[in-house]
This record gives sequence, structure tokens and C-alpha cells, in this order.
Amino acid sequence: MTSAAIAVRNGQSIAVEDLPKLAIKPFQAEVVSALSGGARVAAFFGAPEADLTGRSSAKLRLIMALAQDRERSLMLLSTSVGDAYPSLTPAFPQLHRFEREILEQWGVTPEGHPWAKPVRFQTPYRAPAGHAVEPATIGVVDFFRVGGGETHEVAVGPVHAGIIEPGHFRFQCHGEHVYHLEISLGYQHRGVERGLIGAPHARSLHYAETLAGDTTIGHATAYAQAIESLAAVKAPEQAKALRAVALELERLANHVGDLGALAGDVGFLPTLSYCGRIRGDALNLTALLCGSRFGRGLVVPGGVRFPCDESRGAEIRRRLARITDDARNAVDLIWTTPSVTERFQGVGILPRDLCLAMGTVGMAARAAGLPRDVRHDFPAGDSALREIPIATADDGDVLARALVRRREIEASIKFVDNRLANLPADPHRRPLSSLRSRRLVVALAEGWRGEICHVALTDDQGRVARYKVVDPSFHNWSGLALALRDQQISDFPLCNKSFNLSYCGQDL
Amino acid sequence: MTTALLDFLTALALAPLLPGVIARVKALFAGRQGPPLLQAYFDLCKLLRKSGVYSTATTWIFRAGPIVACASVVAALALTPAAGRTALISFPADFVLLAYLLACGRFFTVLAALDTGSSFEGMGASREVHYAALGEPALLLGLLALARQTGTMSLPSLLGRASPLAPEAALVGAALFIVLLCENARIPFDDPNTHLELTMIHEAMVLDHGGVDLALIHYGSWLKLWLWSALLAGVLMPVALKTIVTPVPLVGVTGVLAVALGIGVVESCIARLRLLRVPHLLATALALAAVAFILGVR
Repeated sequence: MTSAAIAVRNGQSIAVEDLPKLAIKPFQAEVVSALSGGARVAAFFGAPEADLTGRSSAKLRLIMALAQDRERSLMLLSTSVGDAYPSLTPAFPQLHRFEREILEQWGVTPEGHPWAKPVRFQTPYRAPAGHAVEPATIGVVDFFRVGGGETHEVAVGPVHAGIIEPGHFRFQCHGEHVYHLEISLGYQHRGVERGLIGAPHARSLHYAETLAGDTTIGHATAYAQAIESLAAVKAPEQAKALRAVALELERLANHVGDLGALAGDVGFLPTLSYCGRIRGDALNLTALLCGSRFGRGLVVPGGVRFPCDESRGAEIRRRLARITDDARNAVDLIWTTPSVTERFQGVGILPRDLCLAMGTVGMAARAAGLPRDVRHDFPAGDSALREIPIATADDGDVLARALVRRREIEASIKFVDNRLANLPADPHRRPLSSLRSRRLVVALAEGWRGEICHVALTDDQGRVARYKVVDPSFHNWSGLALALRDQQISDFPLCNKSFNLSYCGQDL
Repeated sequence: MTTALLDFLTALALAPLLPGVIARVKALFAGRQGPPLLQAYFDLCKLLRKSGVYSTATTWIFRAGPIVACASVVAALALTPAAGRTALISFPADFVLLAYLLACGRFFTVLAALDTGSSFEGMGASREVHYAALGEPALLLGLLALARQTGTMSLPSLLGRASPLAPEAALVGAALFIVLLCENARIPFDDPNTHLELTMIHEAMVLDHGGVDLALIHYGSWLKLWLWSALLAGVLMPVALKTIVTPVPLVGVTGVLAVALGIGVVESCIARLRLLRVPHLLATALALAAVAFILGVR
């Protein structure tokens, strides 16, 4: 089938003129045929037509990046709309957040959207035509309600008992049984996408690193890939390898920490206590690379800031070997203690078909038997990343998500060990030239939660005119809400932790 | 009488030691140092210096809850003998009063929780009452079985003569240990350390209490833990040990501490039960107590 969309590689930039612009009908027909054929939406966002054409226009360009995991193809297409367009959400629920976001940011209505409420309660980027902007009060929204005398509503957050990020959860319950969960976010909105306009500037890298605090390397890598592609600079091999090592160390630390926290949520202390320490040890390995436990300041456009000599690589490998045994012992306890596996099994099931419908990415999708992995499907950066086997499980429950983590821990350890033993010797950083003007790039990276998607668009002066970030959490929060249906309300913290989604990554 | 009074005062003074002992055992298993043994005393001192905060939605019931809850446990403690010794107050079938004093305390805690109108507290109250309805018959049936076995009707003689070698006492001991874990909000029923409101049972009911009220609630719950441990120690301690009469209430205290150690070990080794499964385990306790009773009746 010939397609009007343009196929790009991960991190390949195209001239803005090459971005196919279709009328709304053929655009939607194209989207419908792609999504029906198993593609998923990696990004869907608006940009003022003026940013793309340079001519003033009241229209909004809607740009969509479609990912076809099996065919390993990434496609771009766009359309231009006025005040409204027909919503595709009723047919493809994975679009529901994207369409709500476009409405909230640009005042363009998806007609026929079942319930187009705000996703972040942010100030719109432009006033809707004809009437003044009414700033939405955060958290004040019509929640879906289940009627009847015996049902009740439980509201949790935005202030939580633990030291975690803010978010509001509204449960519709009958006793302990949850019929419906609605998640209302936006409390962490900082305006990062706006802050990245004009990049690269003094703060842009910092913004990218802090998009989601626990995914510094993932987001910084996607950002660096986008900027390098726009500047037509290739990162040296050593830099790519070190980014990959740091990315896997990030995955290792977060997965170990999560497995400990999962054990903690069911009151199983041994794994909780050991994993807390081992996570710290893993973070310290990243600190050896760049001086920051969370990898701040390692990845820069053009390469990495610090080289890694042989002795440092050997030290990291030596410490990693120690972590390996400890982590294996602590994590295996989950599977050798029946009272723990019993708690994980059959809880918070997000089956494969729902993952497909909701566009779930990353670990949560892999736990339901969907082999979606950017490292495999859309390789960029270090070629050795492709060798990492995709870890999947079948059941889509908490135990499956724990199992995927366990397998990925093993794979990451092996990768880091191998990669550090064979580091390329070329320089670690190349100078960055100025960005090419009027180009568009999509950069994907497999963060530990899942697919991170950055899209950047440059203006005439070679400055970023529009920067779009899609954190894996943006896709997966809907999955968590669905996984809670027909569950016990007391199992919510466990399910929540098994997804461990980012609030600030979604709120941006 | 003086020894009973001494036992009673010892319990009042040493009850806050139990959470410290349990926390230490758990820390030992986890390879940590753990909080000081006396942490609960420090917490009490801290809370006693604080004033409470009262929601305008609450009534006098909310303030009365902690007082009644603590007072009823103190009264129940007066009925509880240390292993092999007399209780401060005892009379035939006093264990029925003991069970209902505990129920009275729970009743007021639940009322105070419902008084706040909070959904968390309502959920906690509903769970607490649900599980109490299963735990209470297990306690009464178990003690009745012992009464049948020993041929006596008051707690001191009943516990003093129960031999752990008798199958009835062993069964009742197992049943009481299960109910003890549930009644005192321990793993596998409840996680005393959790901050996750949605999973709490007992803690969810007292989220809105603070200051002196919270101190009373904590102290009351530690006294209750002491009381249950004393009951269990009474059932499981060999008769020979129980009959050593010394002026120092050492034997009783040792038994209680041993139970606390056991709780710590259990909490270190297993995970919490799914809330749906809690009634199953309590039903098991009830079944154990029923078998003990049947053994006595045959």
C-alpha cells in the first residue's frame, strides 16, 4: 500500500517542506488505515501554521508521528485545521489524551470526543478565537460517576502520604470493589515545552534532563539525538556507547528500586531492604561516570561531557559484579516466597488487547506480551543496544511487570559489563554547529519506563520553534486506570507501583 | 493481690516496649540497626506535648473515641492474668467481659472514625468491623475450649492450668496467635508501617487524630498487644514454668516478650495477605478453636 506519509528513521531530520500536508479527510483516512494496521501514535501535537510556513496564518498544523513496531517504520504526516476537526478518539481511544491536549493548548476542538477535559490544566498557548481565556482551575473537573445508593467515591491526593509527586485519583467503588478509576494530573506542569523554544540555549539541556527526574539519561539522550540531527553532527562512537551504558544503568537502578518498593507495598521486608541499598549502589555507578547519581550533566548534544578511561570502566565493572549477586538474591526472594507471588499474581491485569487499544508502551506493554522496544524497533545511537533481548511476559499483571523488570535487570547488567569492556577509543565529544533552519526531527529513546519521543522543529534562524515531548507516562496513565477496573481498592498502591509512572513527565 | 497489682502496673509501664522489640527483630532480619528500643516512649512524650486539631465536621464522639478506647483496654488488662498468677479482678466467666471490653473500645474507635466523614476512615472502620466479627468468636470459642479442658471458668485458673501439651491448648494457641495478629494490626493482616491509606485497616481509622488523642490511641493499642500476648503466653507456657511463683513478675514478662519476638519473626518473613483473603485466615482460626472445643466436649 502506498502511503502519503513520509517514512523517517529515528533521529533523522527532514526539511519542513517534505512533511506531507494533507487535507483533514485524507489525513484521517491515512491515520485510520495505519492504526487499523497495527500502528500506534507516538506523538500527535499542534504547531501554528506560521511556524512551519513562515507566513502568518490562523490555522494550526497537526503533526502526527506513527510508529509501526513490527515493520520498524516511523511515519510522519500532518494536516491543517481551523477551530475544529472530527475526533478519532471514539474509534481509536489511544488518541484521547492527544486530542485533549491539543484542545487545551490551542483551543482546537475535537468534535465528537467523548469527554474532552483538560490533561494538565495549563494556560493555553493561544486564546480561542472570539472569547477570553478562562484559566482552568486545576483538579476542578467533572469526574465520571457511578450512581446508586451503595456505591461510593474515594478521592486520593493530590497530596499523598508518601514522599511522591502530586496527582488526584478518583475511585468509584462498591465496598472494596473498584468499578472505575479516573486520574487527574497537571499539578507538576512547569511549561518545559515552552521553555525549550529557542533551544539550544543555556537552560535547554537542563530542562531536558529534568523532564522526568528518574529518567535523566533517557530524556537527555532523546534531546541530544534531536539536536545533533538538526545540527547535522554525529555523536562519536564512544559517546554513543557511554550513553547506552548510562541508559542501562538508569534502567537497572530504577527496576531494582521498583522491585523493592513492590515488595514493600505488600509488607515483604527482605526484598524491600536489600533493594533499597542495591539501588543506591547502582546509582553510584552512574556517579562514577559523571559525578551525579542521576546522570545529570553526562549527556550533551555532540557527545558526552566526560570520557571514560580504562581504569574507570574496570572499576564500574568490578562494582557491577558485586551488585549482580546481591540483586539476584534479593529479587529472587520475590519468586521463592509464595506469600509474595500470590499477592502479585492476577492483580492489575492490563491485557494485550487493551495495551494495543491504548497505545501502551515500554515495560507495561512488554509485560502483556507486546514486544515494543525502541532499542530494537527504532535503533539509534549505540548499535550494541540492538543486541539486548526484548524481555516480555504474558499475563499483564503485577507479577508479569515484575518479571519483565527482573529480566531487564539481568540484560542491562550483561550489556553494561560487555560494553565497558569494549569501549570505542574515539573522542567523547564533537563540537556542535548551529542548527539547520526549517527542519523537523523525531528522536526516540527507550527509557526505563518505555518509549520517550521528542519532536523538534526549527525556524528560519535555526532555533527550535516548537519542541514536543511525549513521556511514556503520557500513554501509560490510561493503562493504569484501566488496569484498576474490577480490582480491590486496597491493591491500588501495588498496581500503581508496578507501573510507576511519572507525574512530571506527563505534566511537563 | 499485691502480685496482681504489680503485674498490672508492669504491663502499664512496659507495654510501649513491645513495638520496640518487634521493630528490632525486623531490623535484625533486614540487616539494619533499627530504631531504639524505647522509641515508642519517645513518641508518646512527643505526642503528649502536642495539642489536637479537630475538624469542624466532628462531634464529641470524635474526642471521646480515644479515651474510651484506651480506658476499655486498661479495664480489660485488669482482668488479664500474667502467666500462672491471679488477675487484679477475676470472677467466673470473666473472659466474656474481657472480650466485650475489647469490643467496646473498638466500637468507639469505629464511631470516632465514622464521625470524621472521611472515606479513608469509613473504609478502615468497615474493614475493622468485618474482621472483628470473625476474630471475636474465635477468641470466645478458644477460651471456652480451655474452660472445658481445665474445668474452670475464670481466666487466671483457666490459663494457669492449660498445658500446651494438651491438644486443645495447642489448637487454641494457634487460633489465638492468628487472631492476635489481626486484632493488633500486624502482618499478614495489616502493615503497621505503611503510609498507603488505601491498604490500611486499623491505621486508616485514626488518620485524623493527633496530639494527646493519638498518644492515647497508640498507648491503648500497645496495651492491647500486651494483653493478647499475655493471653497467648498463658496458653502456651508450660505448666511447670507458670507455677514458679516469684515476687517479680518476671515469668509473665518473659512470655509476653517471647510473643513479641514471634510477631517480629512472622513480620520479617511473609508478605501481607490480599484483603480478600483475610476472612479465610480468620475462618481458619475459628475452625481451629472449634476443633479444640469439640475435643473438649467429646
